[in-house]
Amino acid sequence: MKPFDYTAPSTIADAVSLLSQHNGEARVLAGGTDILVQLREGLREAGIVIDVKKIAELRALDCCSTSGLTLGASTPCAEIYGNADVCNAYPALTDAARIIGGWQIQSRASIGGNLCNASPAADSIPALIALNAVALVAGPSGQREIPVADFCTAPGRNALAAGELLVCLQFPAPSANASSAYQRFIPRNEMDIAVVGVGSWLQLDESGQTILSARVALGAVAPTPVFAAEASDWLAGKPATEDTYRQAGELARKAASPISDMRGTAEYRVHLVGVLTQRTLAKAVQRAAG
Amino acid sequence: MTKKVQVSATVNGETVDFLCEPWQSLLDVLREELHLTGAKEGCNNGNCGACSVLLDGAPVNSCLVLAVEAEGAEITTVEGIAQNGQLHPLQQCFLEGAALQCGICTPGFLVTAKALLDQNPNPTEEQIRFELAGNLCRCTGYDKIIKAVQAAAKNLQEAN
Repeated sequence: MKPFDYTAPSTIADAVSLLSQHNGEARVLAGGTDILVQLREGLREAGIVIDVKKIAELRALDCCSTSGLTLGASTPCAEIYGNADVCNAYPALTDAARIIGGWQIQSRASIGGNLCNASPAADSIPALIALNAVALVAGPSGQREIPVADFCTAPGRNALAAGELLVCLQFPAPSANASSAYQRFIPRNEMDIAVVGVGSWLQLDESGQTILSARVALGAVAPTPVFAAEASDWLAGKPATEDTYRQAGELARKAASPISDMRGTAEYRVHLVGVLTQRTLAKAVQRAAG
Repeated sequence: MTKKVQVSATVNGETVDFLCEPWQSLLDVLREELHLTGAKEGCNNGNCGACSVLLDGAPVNSCLVLAVEAEGAEITTVEGIAQNGQLHPLQQCFLEGAALQCGICTPGFLVTAKALLDQNPNPTEEQIRFELAGNLCRCTGYDKIIKAVQAAAKNLQEAN
């Protein structure tokens, strides 16, 4: 690995000032499961690595039934799915956290890092979009919010400006009769990059028969993870039946613009979007019901 | 230019101080500075799990941890699993069940399996396979490894 300096600030203000001071030279380290590989393989360079795991706000995991979930940007996956409240209220998030790499990766890798790394195939991002998460960002001129659906701008690129740091992800408080699910397709059992991933969230009416509103998001079928707006809007008011999930899958396919690569052809990926949309909606309904 | 950093950590129950470069991996320091060569460098990019160690009780790939991050941490390597000269039941069962061929992946499997049994003394076969998915073996085909973990779980439960 090329030499770099290391520092571990304990406040957001210090981290932001270090980022500005070393403009373009600094890389943020959370779990390190992407950045250390990229530095070692020469895909990215750093003069200084800023470890943000000692900043309390970036290690948050506050799950509250009224104010929602605040998830620090560097909180590791294993801690997230180890929290029963988070598993109950935001299952699409914990579905994703449970399958990013193996246990060794999950002990370190963070959802904030998965988001900032901005891979089109990132497992957590469709779940974050389906759950309507908002990124809280700190920079030299203060803090701002970016909806996760707008956070990724291109493969490996995100909306952070120079000197900005992702602090946490904020999730709306859980709604009654609502739930979510994330599923991906890979040709192996574990430890693989998604050929396609789909995250779905929905809320049912009190009878559990009708979908009040829904959000479906897709991974690995475009340069960035995408919100399937047409399918999501169409689902509102529809009966919670297999036929509805299938039709939503047909609409979600229209939001996919995949490439063909070694993981699958474009045609196969579009097919998978339909299948996984159908399955994640069914799973979310099953969870919401009970 | 960068200066070496002094790090103080607990490794296999003993307080250890070492100097490292800020960019050195924990794996590199364990092997080259502390001469604990149990953890192996397989892929050096987080895929194979041969370098697995426990960092504050959690299994991690030590190739993807900077040594400077170990300040104040408690680290367990495969060298720390046997107690008082007695092999850990996992080590005994791997031996008895011939759950290895070349042995490169074995320390990583042992460390991760120990973390699993510490957390879940009676895992199902599916749980064992799932939690050990981050450890790759290119020789045995996994079945003997899974059986050894099951046997060790049984032995540990009977001993308690």
